[in-house]
Amino acid sequence: MAQITLKNLAHSYHANPRGEQDFALKEMDHVWQDGGAYALLGSSGCGKTTLLNIISGLLRPSQGRVLFGNTDVTDAETAERNIAQVFQFPVVYDTMTVRDNLAFPLRNRGMDAAYIQSRVAQIAAMIGMDHILDRKARGLTADAKQKISLGRGMVREDVNAILFDEPLTVIDPHMKWELRTQLKQLHREFGHTMIYVTHDQTEALTFADKVVVMYDGRVVQMGTPEELFETPAHTFVGYFIGSPGMNLFPADIRGSTAHLQGAAVPLGAAYGPITGRTQIGIRPEYAVLTEGDGVPITIRRVEDVGRHRIIRGEVAGQPMNVIAPEGMPVGASLTHVRFTPDRVNVYADDWRVAPAGGAV
Amino acid sequence: MDKTQNNKAWFLVLPVLVIVAFSAILPLMTVVNYALNDTFGNNEFFWVGLEWFEEMVTSDRLHEALGRQILFSAIILAIEVPLGIYIALNMPKKGFWASVCLVLMALPLLIPFNVVGTIWQIFGRVDIGLLGHYLAEFGIDYNYTNDPLDAWITVIVMDVWHWTSLVALLCYAGLQSIPQAYYQAARVDQASRWAVFRYIELPKMAGVLLIAVLLRFMDSFMIYTEPFVVTGGGPGNSTTFLSIDLVKMAIGQFDLGPAAAFSIMYFLVILLVSWVFYTVMTNLDKEEGK
Repeated sequence: MAQITLKNLAHSYHANPRGEQDFALKEMDHVWQDGGAYALLGSSGCGKTTLLNIISGLLRPSQGRVLFGNTDVTDAETAERNIAQVFQFPVVYDTMTVRDNLAFPLRNRGMDAAYIQSRVAQIAAMIGMDHILDRKARGLTADAKQKISLGRGMVREDVNAILFDEPLTVIDPHMKWELRTQLKQLHREFGHTMIYVTHDQTEALTFADKVVVMYDGRVVQMGTPEELFETPAHTFVGYFIGSPGMNLFPADIRGSTAHLQGAAVPLGAAYGPITGRTQIGIRPEYAVLTEGDGVPITIRRVEDVGRHRIIRGEVAGQPMNVIAPEGMPVGASLTHVRFTPDRVNVYADDWRVAPAGGAV
Repeated sequence: MDKTQNNKAWFLVLPVLVIVAFSAILPLMTVVNYALNDTFGNNEFFWVGLEWFEEMVTSDRLHEALGRQILFSAIILAIEVPLGIYIALNMPKKGFWASVCLVLMALPLLIPFNVVGTIWQIFGRVDIGLLGHYLAEFGIDYNYTNDPLDAWITVIVMDVWHWTSLVALLCYAGLQSIPQAYYQAARVDQASRWAVFRYIELPKMAGVLLIAVLLRFMDSFMIYTEPFVVTGGGPGNSTTFLSIDLVKMAIGQFDLGPAAAFSIMYFLVILLVSWVFYTVMTNLDKEEGK
């Protein structure tokens, strides 16, 4: 086990990248703590898998170094890095039995037969396949195959890290929940560093202690689920995390007030002069419909999603979502929306600006 | 759910039936006619029953040709299948050189059979052939026209040259369909090169390999043109395979009755062996799935 450090790392699939746009991963410096459970979250094509493959050594980065602890492993083969990886689609060795599939990584490393047997039994029990250990893997359902892949990823105890590349895509929803819980439990038990790639925020937020949000080849924020929710570092994080995502409005920031098309919105803190395109972001959870206090809103539609309602409307010419608690009457008298001042974030050119006072 | 039955649709199959009848069934029945009758020309036929079949079944000549045929098919399969797999594994996976390799591999397959025969016939000649001449220069006694072993070597090398590409291309297609994740998983699992071949590549290639073996078996079992052009079945009868023998009998000696009986048995043997092949291999496939 080891802390993973990425130094000036960047990767391009072009042989001669001509500019930043040619890079699948833009230059980054990050440290992944030993024993952490990380989720790598982002939309498709943002570089999640590229980053994962660089860590596991399946891909050599075009620049920068990868360090495990204090050892530079940039040029080390995957096998030398002692990493386990589970892929998006099930990879099983069809002609082998389930037992041989699970034992394969251990046998390849010349482990002792008695140990292999007990370890395979343990993992099989965990993924619920102990009753079909002697079946051939061919002909099993995609679910079962993916469970074998997961099992093979977890069978080695001494790995530096276990990497998961959207491993639950092909699994049914109820099984997803169960497996995710098991992964979490496994993490607590053995303390492996785990990096879990996904584009499903629920999956990321429930699995990880720290969520790493990627956007367009960059890590835009690395933080706890709470940090991502309360203080998204980038408008993409605001939009991507939460359902519906954060509302964004172009606004002029003057001191502790934001001006959007005539209306003034009080902010929780004072801001110094900001350069660039400024926006304010407010989560639908922190906006309240009122009968005259705040900014005027035109309500277009109300969606009842069970435990709350989502009000889709328009503020200052921009679409705006508000979450209204169950039971609150929504009527024509509600013409304004009030934002909770200290929950309003300010962005300049899509990046969050900290208030001048330094608070929050 | 009720389905509308419209039996008129069967009429749409009729044109196909007519074409197949004229192109396959009627010619085959003509052969059956010759196999059961004796004729002295003028379309006069005398019923002989199974006499020709009995003659053929007990004929030493046919037994020898069959033996040579089986040996030939066995040897070329034993060479072409492993060699084809080996080539497929070592071909570039993508880029400019992959295209170059594909074109080069496909070339022998595009050459007409009798041209292949002619190429090797000339190539191997001791007087003017590049191969034959230089072998003689190096003091190797090689002459496919009077040494049966040399004739066999020539015919086999020619077939390997002509057809290994087919096996290689089919295997290559099979290999190309393996998702990258399998190789990546194997690297993560620290699998050896042999394990990658045995547990990833071979199982994924099994389907196309089955087709390759079947095609190569059938084609080699029916081979005629190339050895006929190179050796004419000689020296003596040493490279007279079943088809060559059949043609000698039917057209050379004009023994139409025995030749027709021979054809029918030949056809049935190929049908039977192919069927056995197919059933055995698909059953293997199913058992593994259990």
